[in-house]
Formats: sequence, C-alpha cells, structure tokens
Amino acid sequence: MADRKAVRWHIGIFLAPALIVYTAVMIVPLFATLDLSLYTTVDQVRHFAGLANFRRLFGDPIWSEQFWNALGNNTWFFVIHMLVQNPIGVGLAALLSSPRLRFAAVYRTAIFVPTVLSFVIVGFVWKLILSPLWGIAPGLLDMVGLKSLFAPWLGKPGTALTTLALISVWQFVGIPMMLIYAALLSIPDEVLEAAEMDGVTGAAQFWKIKLPLILPSIGIISILTFVGNFNAFDLIYVAQGALAGPDHSTDILGTFLYRTFFGFQLQLGDPNMGAAIATAMFAIILAGVCLYLFGIQTRLRRYQF
Amino acid sequence: MAKARQSLPRTAAAHAILIAYTVIALFPVFVVLINSLKSRRAIFAHPLALPGPGTFDLIGFQTVLNQGDFLLYFWNSLVVTVVSLAFVLLFGAMAAFALSEYRFRGNMLMGLYLALGIMIPIRLGTVAILQMMVAAHLVNTLLALILVYTAQGLPLAVFILSEFMKTVSADLKNAGRIDGLSEYRIFFRLVLPLVRPAMATVAVFSMIPIWNDLWFPLILAPAEATKTITLGAQVFLGQFVTNWNAVLASLSLAILPVLVLYVLFSRQLIRGITAGAVK
Repeated sequence: MADRKAVRWHIGIFLAPALIVYTAVMIVPLFATLDLSLYTTVDQVRHFAGLANFRRLFGDPIWSEQFWNALGNNTWFFVIHMLVQNPIGVGLAALLSSPRLRFAAVYRTAIFVPTVLSFVIVGFVWKLILSPLWGIAPGLLDMVGLKSLFAPWLGKPGTALTTLALISVWQFVGIPMMLIYAALLSIPDEVLEAAEMDGVTGAAQFWKIKLPLILPSIGIISILTFVGNFNAFDLIYVAQGALAGPDHSTDILGTFLYRTFFGFQLQLGDPNMGAAIATAMFAIILAGVCLYLFGIQTRLRRYQF
Repeated sequence: MAKARQSLPRTAAAHAILIAYTVIALFPVFVVLINSLKSRRAIFAHPLALPGPGTFDLIGFQTVLNQGDFLLYFWNSLVVTVVSLAFVLLFGAMAAFALSEYRFRGNMLMGLYLALGIMIPIRLGTVAILQMMVAAHLVNTLLALILVYTAQGLPLAVFILSEFMKTVSADLKNAGRIDGLSEYRIFFRLVLPLVRPAMATVAVFSMIPIWNDLWFPLILAPAEATKTITLGAQVFLGQFVTNWNAVLASLSLAILPVLVLYVLFSRQLIRGITAGAVK
C-alpha cells in the first residue's frame, strides 16, 4: 500500500477499541498495582513508603515465613507438573500419533474432558472421591488389595499439596497432550520414512528423531505450565479454602495474595501488602518468561520443513 | 506410501494404555453423574453401582432447584461469556487486521505490546482493577467482568487472528479497493468471512477460561444478583457440604452444559489446537 493519503484514520479506528480496553483494564492496573506496593495506608490516608512493604514482606518473620512457605509450595506444585503432567502428556501424544491407530479421536476427546471442567467441579469431585466418609478411594484400593495404603490425603499436611498438584495434573494433562500431538503430526512423512529406511523404528525413532523435533513445543508447554502454576489459585481455594489448610501446607502465592488483599476471619485486608505480593509474583513470572525467551528458546534448534 | 507395519502386540499395548488413561480421565465425572441420581442410602452403600429401580432418586435435584438460584447464575454466566466473547472477537479481529494489513510506524512495537498480555496474567493487576471498578461504581455489575474478560482475551485473539489474516490473498483485497470498497468494507465484507474458522477457534479457546473463572467473580461481582454459575456453585457447595444428594446434583448440573458444549465443539477446538497454536 502506497501512502496515498497523509493520515490513514482507518488504522487508528481498527486499533482503537482493542488498545483502549487492553490498556485501561490490563496494562494500567498492572502498573498501578506495582505502584501501590510502594505506599501504605494509615487511617485511610495513603503515604509513600518506598520499599517498606517489601522490607516487611521479606524481613518481618510473620510475613516472610508465609511468603517463603507459599513460594516453596508453589515451586513444588510446578515441579510435580513438570515431572508428571508433561511426560504423561508427551507419552499419550506419542501413542495417539502412531499411524493407523483406531479410535484416536475418541481417546483424544475423552482425555481432554477434565480440562474443560471448572476448578470448582474438579476440586469438589476429587474431594468427594478421596473423602474417607464416602469410601470410593478406599473401596477401589481394596479391590486391588492395597487398602492399607489409603489415608485422608487431602487432610494431612504431608500429602495435601502433592495430592492437589496431582489433581491439577489430572485436569490439565490434555493441554500438553494436544500441543505435542499437533507437533508430532506436523513432522513430515519423508523424515520418518528416511528414518525407517535406515532401520530406525519404534521407540528408537521416537527418542532419536521425533523428540528432538518437538523440543520447541515442549519448551512452550514448560513456560505455559510455569505461568499457569505461579498464578494458580482456584483449585486450592475450592478444595482447601482461603486458609489453604491443613496448617497452610497447601498455601501457594495465589491464595496468599487473596488472603492478604481481602483478609480472612479476623485479619483485615491490606491492599498495599497485596500489591507487594502481586509485584513479587510479577517479578517471578517475568524472570521465568525472560529465562525462557532468552536462555532456552534461542538455543532450541527449530527445523523448517 | 508404505509404512512399517505396526506389530499386533504393540498396537494392543497402545490401546491398553490409552483405554486405561481414558478411564482415569472420565471415572470421576462418571461417578458423580450416576450418584446424583441415587438415594442417600445407595450413594453410600454402593457408590459404584448404576442407579436402579430401588435406588433411583431425584431428591438432590429437587433440593438444588428449590434452594439455589441456579437459573439466574446460569444466565449471568451466559451473558458475561457471550458478550465478552463478542468483544474479544470483534476488537481482536479489527486490531489483528490493522497489524497484519497495513505497514505503519510502530507496527512491530504495537504487536509486541499487545502480545505482552499472553504471558503476563491479568490477575496480577487485581488490586488496582478492584480500586478502579470501585471508583467507577462498577463493582457487582456484570459489566466489570465483561471488561476484564475482554482485556484478558484480546492478546491471544490478536496474536492468532493476525497469523491467519496474513494468509488472506492480497489480490482479493486489492480487487476490492479497485472496485471502490472502503477499508472498513474490505474488512467486514471480504476478510471477516474468510477467517471465520480462525474466529471459531479463538472463541472456543477464550470461552473456557471465562466460563470457569472463579477469581474475578469472587472479587468483582460476589453479590447475589451477579453471581456466575462457577461462583454460585462454589458457594452453594460450601453451604451444603453435608447434603450429599444436593452436592452431587449441583455438580451434575454444573458439569452437563459444559460437557454438552464440549462434545458439540470438540472438533473445532481440537482442530484449532492442532493447526494454529503451535508454530
């Protein structure tokens, strides 16, 4: 398009609605939140406090203990997703993409079902199933002779967080499965045929040919998992409440932010401390995304077919 | 195109694993659905049995429909989701068209600015969003939710749609220009109909997180009149923890519409994921 007219108003008009809503409701509040973390409110009057909120968050034992606990739990939550969800997703996708597999569409559709359900449903369904009162989980374990293994997993501080992480894995395994499946389908037949000519088939073909080709997709999935996990909230809130019991053992950054910002029971909400926690989360997510974009993504070799 | 034959044991093993995982994925949903149709005693005595003549009971559904305002919650969710989606699609497509069609100064920068929201979750701005909504007297209105979800959905919509719009033939658009169509007509009459499949993909993608969100309804619109179905179900379930019939029935009522929609649109969703999401 040549610049026939001096001002092309239509470009502005096409861009304006999206830009205005996005800037006003997302970008401005994001930075306003970062800004709020630098103030304190005493008797409804706002004072500039510099980094005092952060000094409190990291220095005051009451706050720092909760923060590091939430961050540690959140990290464990993420580690479980990386170690369980993504390998299972890759494995299922590898099976689904095997040539001439019957019912592939049925499996695909069924395994993705939990992903479309809301956290409220997922949290409650699993709470019921794992409940010692109802006895579905102990009953099933009894059928395979392992009843002695049963414990109220969600109610014990040592196992609650891992159990919730596995529930979340159950819900979201469909996403890595689908993305990897798509990546596997896009590998051209010529490449696979060449491998077969050289006698590379079956498992060896997966490890030596397919896996290197889908590494960029695994990278994308890892960063999506990271962002999703470090801003998770709903499942823990639904299953364990805002206190993230038992004994804060399932507290992650999202529930910590909610409790601080809104208050609970007798403690009043504190928007400025909430903003400080949101800022810390922002820094963590930004660090992760940058690490991925500049440290990992640029090193992954992409193959153009 | 001859492929190496899959050996029979290998295929059988693949099916066995996939069937096992399908059972794991569907079992919890199945258990809830069958038990919502049973009497209280049968729920506890034989949790895995199908509802039969002696155990069939709709008491749970009666309790739910009498107590909770589920129809209102459902309506709220529907309004919020449909209106947000309409805005996401319209505004997103317009911005994507501007970015992919015209060369202007700052084009790249604008694209990056809009893409920022794909990685940074909008939740981190909640503190300031709530203050803004309080100042604008929008707390406890559906409009507050619609604005937030529109902003939340736009980055991904612009990203996916602009990829698709680059593939629309330039000859077609130039032919339209020669025929004297305005840029607006070219967009609405020529380009939009051609990217309809991509729009459907974006719609399905954006719909799930909006419908299922608990965070923003809890914070921006917790009033009885503006509760969404997700928040309503959460509050209701909290109150009725001991009434297992009611809990199971309300879970079933929350699952069914999503399940039906999913089965209807799963082809669209899966095609979208397998075509557009991975570059």
